[in-house]
Amino acid sequence: MAMNYSDAVMDHFTNPRNVGEIDEASGCGTVGNAVCGDIMRIYLDIDDDGIIRDAKFKTFGCGAAIATSSMATELVKGKTVQEALEVTNKAVMEALDGLPPVKVHCSLLAEEAIHAALWDYAEKNGIKIEGLEKPVSDISEHDHSHEIPDEDD
Amino acid sequence: MKQIYLDNASTTPLKKEVLDAMMPYLTNEFGNPSSLYDLGQTASDVVQESRDELASLIGAKSSEIYFTSGGSESDNWAIKGFAEKHACEGKHMITSAIEHHAVLHTFKHLEKLGFEVTYLPVDSQGLVSVDDLADAIRDDTILVSIMLANNEIGTIEPIAELASVAKERGVAFHTDAVQAFGHIPIDVNELGVDMLSASAHKLGGPKGVGLLYIRRSIKLENLIDGGQQERGRRATTENVAGIVGFAKAAELAWSEMGEERARLIELRDHAIRRILAEIPHSKLNGSWQSRLANNINFSFEFIEGEGMLLQLAARGICVSSGSACTSGSLDPSHVLLAIGLPHEIAHGSLRVTLGEDTTLEDIDFTVDSLKKILELLRSMSPLYEDFKRGNYASIIEGYKNDGMTNVN
Repeated sequence: MAMNYSDAVMDHFTNPRNVGEIDEASGCGTVGNAVCGDIMRIYLDIDDDGIIRDAKFKTFGCGAAIATSSMATELVKGKTVQEALEVTNKAVMEALDGLPPVKVHCSLLAEEAIHAALWDYAEKNGIKIEGLEKPVSDISEHDHSHEIPDEDD
Repeated sequence: MKQIYLDNASTTPLKKEVLDAMMPYLTNEFGNPSSLYDLGQTASDVVQESRDELASLIGAKSSEIYFTSGGSESDNWAIKGFAEKHACEGKHMITSAIEHHAVLHTFKHLEKLGFEVTYLPVDSQGLVSVDDLADAIRDDTILVSIMLANNEIGTIEPIAELASVAKERGVAFHTDAVQAFGHIPIDVNELGVDMLSASAHKLGGPKGVGLLYIRRSIKLENLIDGGQQERGRRATTENVAGIVGFAKAAELAWSEMGEERARLIELRDHAIRRILAEIPHSKLNGSWQSRLANNINFSFEFIEGEGMLLQLAARGICVSSGSACTSGSLDPSHVLLAIGLPHEIAHGSLRVTLGEDTTLEDIDFTVDSLKKILELLRSMSPLYEDFKRGNYASIIEGYKNDGMTNVN
């Protein structure tokens, strides 16, 4: 396939898991912007014990953006809020058997979207989540690069 | 799964007759045209016959046709070769904002060497204005380069009018005709151009061969120095089989042009009408009137192009997009931005380019697939969700309210 997507990426792009919205979600976060061509929105349903019972997403973006959203929501489901913070962009990439270098930013966006949803949950409940910093709503300003990183070993 | 190839502006399949014509020069007739023995003379003769054929199709003299490795080399040679030769007469040149990168990046290179370049804007349909060109020409302007037809949106530029303005002011005129060659009638004297670039693989010929037409009165520096091939103006042993294939493909294209163009226009317009009627928040990019017969280019709102391409590819449909994600750069197509599209909808663009094998069934299958894919991608899109909730204004709806045509 063009773009050299892994089978796992193509699977999550063509059969995305957890597409949708959650009414009265515990937390909802949106990151990215339409000008850059990627927006991710993640909804979380978190129970009283701080366990993520459900996660949904909507994404405007390329195949990798949709696949990383799908995988990120799969990975956080059933986890505690603290465990969900460990679902980093690297974890999402590994679960998808890698991404082409030019698409690595999509996995960063997925991590940011989860953090944004967790931040929203924390704010709504007046709690502080250890290790979670306030996410920027538009990551294009500081970290959103489509540049291909140097491939040094 | 049946493959439906709708990316003929990228490249075309090699025609059977073209391959047959080339085959002897890939096998037994392998001689170097510079050699004096018979094997060489046969090759030399067939290169000359091919040159004669191509020259006669475009109303040129045989000695005005120079074979190159393709469209990009022809563009580079025309512009760099002219700039170097005429730098002492002036250092200003004019082009348009929607040229192919082979032209734009060549001018960018010359800017680094001290030349000054004016990039003419285009209107919302991608047309260069004759008045804008007249206003841009200065005493030190030496060259104008404007494409005959655009590769992304298919807009056919008013080259005869533009070239006439340049001629009145004594400025040389080059046109990149890579997308138009073999698709619309071309006569270098009717167009009034001094140089013209073309490439074989856009009209059923092989990759790796192109031509530059250079009017006899025009002087250029060489781009590739070396042997005496191409009258000493472009070294490298001739791509004999490629040149034969190019001439054969052009001969076929010219003889079939009238009928084939009419057939493609019918298919193209059928697709455009169906999309505009059946897919909401869609916009035809480029002019409908002054447009290549094989080009369809749309923007669809709330979605990003790569997802659309991958979904179409999963159904066997090969098309392309002007989205940033498909090019690996941050910005969407410079052509779509130049016709005034905001980034948001330039990302959601689709180019479908028809070819000789395209049928009505292919077109209907593609439009049907597109409808389903857009519904799916929009159901996943946070922008569409916001739009449905009244939190996001549709850009294309705004165009419609402003009275723009060819939008839904």
